[in-house]
Amino acid sequence: MKLEAQQLAYGYPGRRIGSDVSFTLNAGEVLCLLGPNGSGKTTLFKTLLGLLPIQCGKVMLNDCELQQLERDEIARLVSYVPQAHGAFFPYSVRDVVLMGRTAHTGLFAAPSARDHDVALDAIRRMGIAYLAEAIYTQISGGERQLVLIARALAQEARMVVMDEPTANLDFGNQVRVLERIRALAADGIGVLLSTHDPDHAFLCADRVAMLRNGNLLACGTPDTVMTSAQLQHLYGVEVLVTEVALGQGRRRVCLPMGMQA
Amino acid sequence: MTENPANRYPLIIAAATMILCVIVVVAFAIGRYPVPLSDLFRILWSWIGGAPHGLDATLETVVLQIRGPRVIAAVLVGAALAAAGAAYQNLFRNPLVSPDILGVSAGAAVGAILGIFMSLGVVAIQSMAFAGGLAAVAMVYLVARAVRGHDPLLLLVLAGVVLGALLGACVALMKYLADPYNQLPAITYWLLGSLASTDTRNMWVAAPLLLAGLLPLWLLRWRINVLSLDDEEARALGVSVGRIRLVVIVAATLMTSAAVAVSGVIGWIGLVIPHFARLMTGPDFSRLLPVSVLLGAGFLVAVDTLARSIASIEVPLGVLTAFVGTPLFLWQLAAARKGWQ
Repeated sequence: MKLEAQQLAYGYPGRRIGSDVSFTLNAGEVLCLLGPNGSGKTTLFKTLLGLLPIQCGKVMLNDCELQQLERDEIARLVSYVPQAHGAFFPYSVRDVVLMGRTAHTGLFAAPSARDHDVALDAIRRMGIAYLAEAIYTQISGGERQLVLIARALAQEARMVVMDEPTANLDFGNQVRVLERIRALAADGIGVLLSTHDPDHAFLCADRVAMLRNGNLLACGTPDTVMTSAQLQHLYGVEVLVTEVALGQGRRRVCLPMGMQA
Repeated sequence: MTENPANRYPLIIAAATMILCVIVVVAFAIGRYPVPLSDLFRILWSWIGGAPHGLDATLETVVLQIRGPRVIAAVLVGAALAAAGAAYQNLFRNPLVSPDILGVSAGAAVGAILGIFMSLGVVAIQSMAFAGGLAAVAMVYLVARAVRGHDPLLLLVLAGVVLGALLGACVALMKYLADPYNQLPAITYWLLGSLASTDTRNMWVAAPLLLAGLLPLWLLRWRINVLSLDDEEARALGVSVGRIRLVVIVAATLMTSAAVAVSGVIGWIGLVIPHFARLMTGPDFSRLLPVSVLLGAGFLVAVDTLARSIASIEVPLGVLTAFVGTPLFLWQLAAARKGWQ
């Protein structure tokens, strides 16, 4: 199972955001997309999910062209965690997660007992069982983010695309979500995520892709791609990538320069 | 935090069904010509079984020919308006939307008034109302489809509002031009809504249409839930948003057009009954739809019974639904607010 972009050009109808993007995401792998605000990360994700029309090139899912697949077929292969948002009606958290089962539910059916079990299991795996009966519109933004990830888990797709899954989370929940992402990869799921924190790429990514003005600057392992020079080029600020000792091993971290008093 | 509405649901359904049954029986019993309950059941029993009931023939005519079709019409129209409203509120992600939003009522009004204008019979007027409602929504949908590259939902609402305003102007023009002695009262009466002209014949046409609209809404109940998310999210979850939305619009329009054709314009039910139901069941459409249907039916039967019995003349339904419904709704809203805190 793999998700593949081939010379992809993407954008909104009448407005091209980026072009010539090629990469492959394999099952069991975490690919982290870095890029400044407005670099086209969300637009790229929506194109990969078939939510925006492909302008040029191809997106391949499991050796099938994306356009050849029905919506529910795509949903069984790739799930999507959008940025946390409000909702229009006061559904319970359990109902929101249950909506992740839609692609597995017949057109005229309501979710079965098994679907309810899968949804509850996803809620537990995200560690938010205490929220199950809470009203989605009344919980915090960070909690909503966790609910949306649970919903994607309930979808049981082999690929997950996450748009800034750590954006609204406190420090503890950020780490918990990154751990969860690693666990997903260990279960054989391919994860494509975007983040604004390059350290998160060091923490969880197998590979890193850098997007600037809609084009891929680089794509490779964190150690080769995420150098001080590359990050400086990407974000336009001075960055120092350095190593810190951590127990027996060492870990790379990013530090913004030019902030010294 | 409130308790899970799923636990209360069977109770709510049972209560709503019982209330509807009581209201229907009361509606049969009272009116200009009161029918004692024992006689009512004997007549119904003989109608089902075929055995003679030995009662006055006038009594039988009142129950079976006059009140029967009218009560059934009230049940169906009330249920249809509430169901269409509930579906539209999910579809447009807005609890303040009514089945009129795409111009059904305005189109039906233009059709009916044209019919009255041309001095057609009741059935022809109802057919024109039905066709007018369908045509208005079809036009709104096609206009919204023709303009691409924008939020399709917003376009639908905008096209509906604009076309509705245009049709409203047509209605005003025709009222202005109508003969003030023969046609204008008929037009005004129709616009205020009434079930007085219902008989067995037009119910045989309207009932299948109303039920045909209800069926897809029930079948697609889970998809309609998911439709209340963002378009993109719903699609990412595997819903073919455009197709499901079209089916829901067609179903709701069919029901509303058939309802408006039978009863004239009855506002308020489609807007407020689903809202009322949502306060009881929560937003899940598979629970919301049945409760909306039961409440809508019960409410319209009750109001129609009032309309034909509180005064020596019939009170227009559209007026009475608002007078009865508004205080009821405000009370429920206030009670629910207390519950949330």
